[in-house]
Amino acid sequence: MHMPASAPGMPGAPHTPHEPVIAVRDLCFAYGGEPVLDHVDLTVERGEFLAVLGPNGGGKTTLLKLLLGLLTPRSGGVTLFGGAPRAALPRIGYVPQYSTARLDFPVTVLDVVLMGLAGTRRGLLGRHWSHDAASVDRAREALDQVGLSGMEKRMVGELSGGQRQRAVVARALMAQPELLLLDEPTASIDPQGSFCFFEFLGTLRGPHTLVVVSHDLSIATSTFSNVAFVNRTLVHSRGAGLTPDMLTMLYGHHEKTCPMGAFISSVSGLFPVLPKAEDLPPGTLAGGTPSDTTQTPAHGQSAPAASAATPHPGKDA
Amino acid sequence: MLDALSYDFMQQALAASLLASIACGVIGTLVVVNRLVFLAGGVSHAAYGGVGLAFHYGWPVLPSAIGFSVASSMLMAGVALKRPEKSDAAIGVLWAAGMAFGIILIDLTPGYKADLMSFLFGSILAVPTTDLYLMAALDAVLLAVVALCHQTLLVTSFDREFAEARGLPVRTAHYLVVGMTAVGVVMLIRVVGLVLVMALLTIPPFIAARTARSLPSMMAAATAWSTVFCVGGLALAYRWDVTSGAAIIAVASAGFMAVSGAGALRRIMARKTA
Repeated sequence: MHMPASAPGMPGAPHTPHEPVIAVRDLCFAYGGEPVLDHVDLTVERGEFLAVLGPNGGGKTTLLKLLLGLLTPRSGGVTLFGGAPRAALPRIGYVPQYSTARLDFPVTVLDVVLMGLAGTRRGLLGRHWSHDAASVDRAREALDQVGLSGMEKRMVGELSGGQRQRAVVARALMAQPELLLLDEPTASIDPQGSFCFFEFLGTLRGPHTLVVVSHDLSIATSTFSNVAFVNRTLVHSRGAGLTPDMLTMLYGHHEKTCPMGAFISSVSGLFPVLPKAEDLPPGTLAGGTPSDTTQTPAHGQSAPAASAATPHPGKDA
Repeated sequence: MLDALSYDFMQQALAASLLASIACGVIGTLVVVNRLVFLAGGVSHAAYGGVGLAFHYGWPVLPSAIGFSVASSMLMAGVALKRPEKSDAAIGVLWAAGMAFGIILIDLTPGYKADLMSFLFGSILAVPTTDLYLMAALDAVLLAVVALCHQTLLVTSFDREFAEARGLPVRTAHYLVVGMTAVGVVMLIRVVGLVLVMALLTIPPFIAARTARSLPSMMAAATAWSTVFCVGGLALAYRWDVTSGAAIIAVASAGFMAVSGAGALRRIMARKTA
């Protein structure tokens, strides 16, 4: 990254090497009576690129809001950078679901990106940020990074869905976050866009730890280091692979004759499918699988999506 | 026509128009971008309860109405925050209850009641000088609050979830916007009346939003449009001796239709040439 090294809470700030960025322990949450998340454990280490996949209503966004401290767990705990989530907010870049922003709002793209500095400075009345030339330069750089250079004077309503999504990512980058949380970032990606969103996210690995939440299974072929599946409970896998368990969590159990079952079989063939969790000795879910190699920091040179999508030898369903 | 300006009451009316337009531009902008138009309607009608209280107990009208609408607006804001799915209904209840409460209190008050019509339809030609000072003071407070909190107001209005994740005081900002709306609505009631306050709060910001590139510029443009409508409406009211509040809204509505029509025409022309 090209951010000044003196800024507080920036990547590379003093940090215990083995302290996980996210530590979720035995987390339970419910809005009413029915549990949304049930005894969930999750550890995310520095530099990881985690995809959290799951069906709509499976608790993905709830999990993100618990990580941000916007919701309070019913039991269990969430630790970010070894502390309470609210205390970690300045170190987090959050990209909310596209629908939360108002499109008819009188604001330019540049001003949207500058909003990313909100909360970085504590003023007399609430939190403020400075609007100086250095901030504007940084906002331009962030726009450049997401492929939107020259768009800063446009109104936010004039952008396409995909461009708006990238502007919101640039906004999240402004605060120089150590951890980026993205909620359904592909919901409005331009299908023919030349800008490859996940390839770009892959380049952010290293200085940033990334967690992407999506219901879109197709993104599992991207450059993630890990995949977790959430549907009330959570299955976490080191390495970007899918186990049959995960697919069952996502879609339920179906016979092969059922169209859904046929789809699951076909999808299982597309990804490097891991052995079933119960086939492994206890505690080894995190290691020993062929796809574990994807865990090394990729810095944008990880295996292209095409090769990740080819059937894994010997693992075809 | 210009001789109208030599009358004291006309000068007072123009001053009241300008002061009300500043409030309208600032608050109307926040109301429109936060989609609080229905809440503004509820607050403006519930304010009638405060008017009833003032008449029944002989309290000063403007402070009573402001106090009553701020209290009812905080109730509405609380419901909107905690039970958003119920906020529509809650606003409707407070809307009706506030009005009914005011009407009953006024029924129970013996005496001359013609002045109440001015609260329904505006009394810009009879704004007392003390009220002008009060409105000027409220304008100053509104502008100061918006200037001091504009970044928080901007981020929370644009993307509340993101604002929350940045640790901004989202709830306080919500109550602040609703509270300012309550205060501003009562001020506007004096100019154009309870029934017409909604239009002046929504039409100028709506027109301003078409070209505005930032929240402050939308507020400034809305203030300018509102002033134009007020002056135009007062001229119509003077010329044809019609109710000033209704005349102001007639001018604003005509302006709204002209701008919308011009926009539609431009789109059609653009499609033909494309």
